[in-house]
Amino acid sequence: MYKVITGNAAAAYAAKLCRVDVVAAYPITPQTTIVEYIAEFLANGEMDCEYIRVESEHSAMTACIGASLAGARTFTATSSHGLALMHEMLHWATYSRLPIVMAVANRTLGPPWNIWADLQDAISQRDTGWIQFYAKNNQEVLDTIIQAYRLSENERVMLPSMVSLEAFVLSHTSEPVDIPDQEKVDEFLPQYNPPFMVIDFENPKTIGNIALPEETAKHRKYIMKAMENASSMIKEISKEFQEKFGRYHGDLLEEYELEDSETVIVSMGTIASTAEDAVNLLREKGEKVGLLRIRVFRPFPERDIKKKLEDKEKIIVIDRNCSWGIGGALYTEVRHSLYPGGPEVVGFLAGIGGVDVTPSDIMKMYEKAKKEKGGSFWYGP
Amino acid sequence: MDHREESPMEDLLLPGHAACAGCSAPTAVKLTLEVLGRRTVVVVPACCMAVIQGLYPKTCFSVPLVNIAFEAAAACASGIEAALKRKGERANVLVVAGDGGTFDIGIQSLSGMIERGHKVIYMCYDNEAYMNTGIQRSGATPWGAWTTTTPVGKRREFKKEPKKDLAGIIAAHNPSYLATATIAFPLDLKRKVEKARDSEGPAFIHVLAPCPTGWRYPPEKTFEISKLAVETGIFPLYEFENGKFRITYKPKERKPVEEYLKLQGRFRHLTKEEIEKIQKMVDETWERIEKMEDKSD
Repeated sequence: MYKVITGNAAAAYAAKLCRVDVVAAYPITPQTTIVEYIAEFLANGEMDCEYIRVESEHSAMTACIGASLAGARTFTATSSHGLALMHEMLHWATYSRLPIVMAVANRTLGPPWNIWADLQDAISQRDTGWIQFYAKNNQEVLDTIIQAYRLSENERVMLPSMVSLEAFVLSHTSEPVDIPDQEKVDEFLPQYNPPFMVIDFENPKTIGNIALPEETAKHRKYIMKAMENASSMIKEISKEFQEKFGRYHGDLLEEYELEDSETVIVSMGTIASTAEDAVNLLREKGEKVGLLRIRVFRPFPERDIKKKLEDKEKIIVIDRNCSWGIGGALYTEVRHSLYPGGPEVVGFLAGIGGVDVTPSDIMKMYEKAKKEKGGSFWYGP
Repeated sequence: MDHREESPMEDLLLPGHAACAGCSAPTAVKLTLEVLGRRTVVVVPACCMAVIQGLYPKTCFSVPLVNIAFEAAAACASGIEAALKRKGERANVLVVAGDGGTFDIGIQSLSGMIERGHKVIYMCYDNEAYMNTGIQRSGATPWGAWTTTTPVGKRREFKKEPKKDLAGIIAAHNPSYLATATIAFPLDLKRKVEKARDSEGPAFIHVLAPCPTGWRYPPEKTFEISKLAVETGIFPLYEFENGKFRITYKPKERKPVEEYLKLQGRFRHLTKEEIEKIQKMVDETWERIEKMEDKSD
């Protein structure tokens, strides 16, 4: 059934369709309407779950951890400062191997106070061991949350996932979204059946007590392995989703006009979506340009990127985040993936603090990149 | 109700734990688990109990135990309680937290948990300083105490702020049940745990937990000091239930606080005047709490 809904509504519908057991959340702009929609679904009897209106995002993530340890499918949503406050518990969720799924409405971190789109919040959580998806439209938000539960709850993965949707550009912008039938989602996503129960009164266990360095290192090694497993599982799940629902948003990557291209624009989220228009306009002018959208930032599709980009002439990476002192996080990762050899990589920091990035901006970056042999550049004000 | 019939009296805290000799916390937990039984999930934030439970892959707990970050025990317990409710499972959720994780860094999540009405028993074993990190002052450290961050030197420093009235803060949330207890009154402690277990919503039990390592006294004195804390009136035993406040043990005649203080190295530096000041603080507290008492039944 098609509905014209915002990205936040799409996230809430996804949580409902996934039949989550426990939601713990705290309001923050621009995420707030996600948890408001969930509250409305509950008030109207359209959804059934335990809903904990916690007193902070730190507690939101912690309550999800507690509930997930008790075998519940859990959901939360946040933004910006809320995500930053969760930081400690994001590590805790990963190291407890819990399949929590969270929507992140990406917003600039202050100061100055700013509620507009920027990926700095999610990128700053890069090394917490969460699987990171970045959506380009509202349909993808809904579909990815469903896929994320399938992935996170797979016993070869057992890692939490965050699904990023940019502030206002997606969170508060309405688009037609196909809301799948509940039965179909139930078939695709069966009830959560934890492979290992911590809270088991017949066979009690202690989780998280002090471990020596060797034991801890072993435990961390399994997380690296689980991330590798996630890479291949994302491909399988994306295909299976396509067979079931007829929609494909790419796996870890999505390509556009890539095959015969000489120059490739690489980006994430809605800038990558805008870049499709820029590619069309440039192609009308005879430019051989294509697009590679990074849909999953962790696990990072290092080998796939090398395979797809190593024979190209030039790569333009557009980042809506900044790793201070070096440049965009995606820029450094793409360069690293292409090493040794590979084409020249030019990076742009654009759209920071919620500045609009239009097709003509991307075309300007393309023109500038023609003259550059590499390096990272600030674009815009 | 006779607790001996109700409790399985199983030892759910196994021997071989890693507490210091004379530590009162494991005794409080052992007594508590005797009442609560096997269907109990224990949540432990960063505190001595995180060490006491033992080194992975071993544990001294015979019930499920979840370790969680310092400030987060009450939020974690909230999540566990919600999930068990969702699954229709009946079990006790027990937080065992130190004073740092309760009075200071964890007070926000504790406040949230009680305000939301989660059916959780939150037990704070209060050893009156950050003992796990090595005796640093906390909001629970009493006036006059030496700690490593309130040391006593040539200029004479010691903790200059009175202990935070946490029970008062919790009472202001109007929880289903609130009580203070010590291991020197084990039947009183167990009766209070029973009441906490049987209450409909959140319950808070504040256990004074004498610490030979941090309080600077010989390990065999733990019981005596626990008892003196009550007999001198330093740590009154009371409960707050259905809006009614009741002192559960009134010493016939309160002993001078000096008897309690003089056993502990952390108070060794105190002058006669300073001890008198503590006596005055205790007398005032008693005057206040006796007025609070509900004498309707």
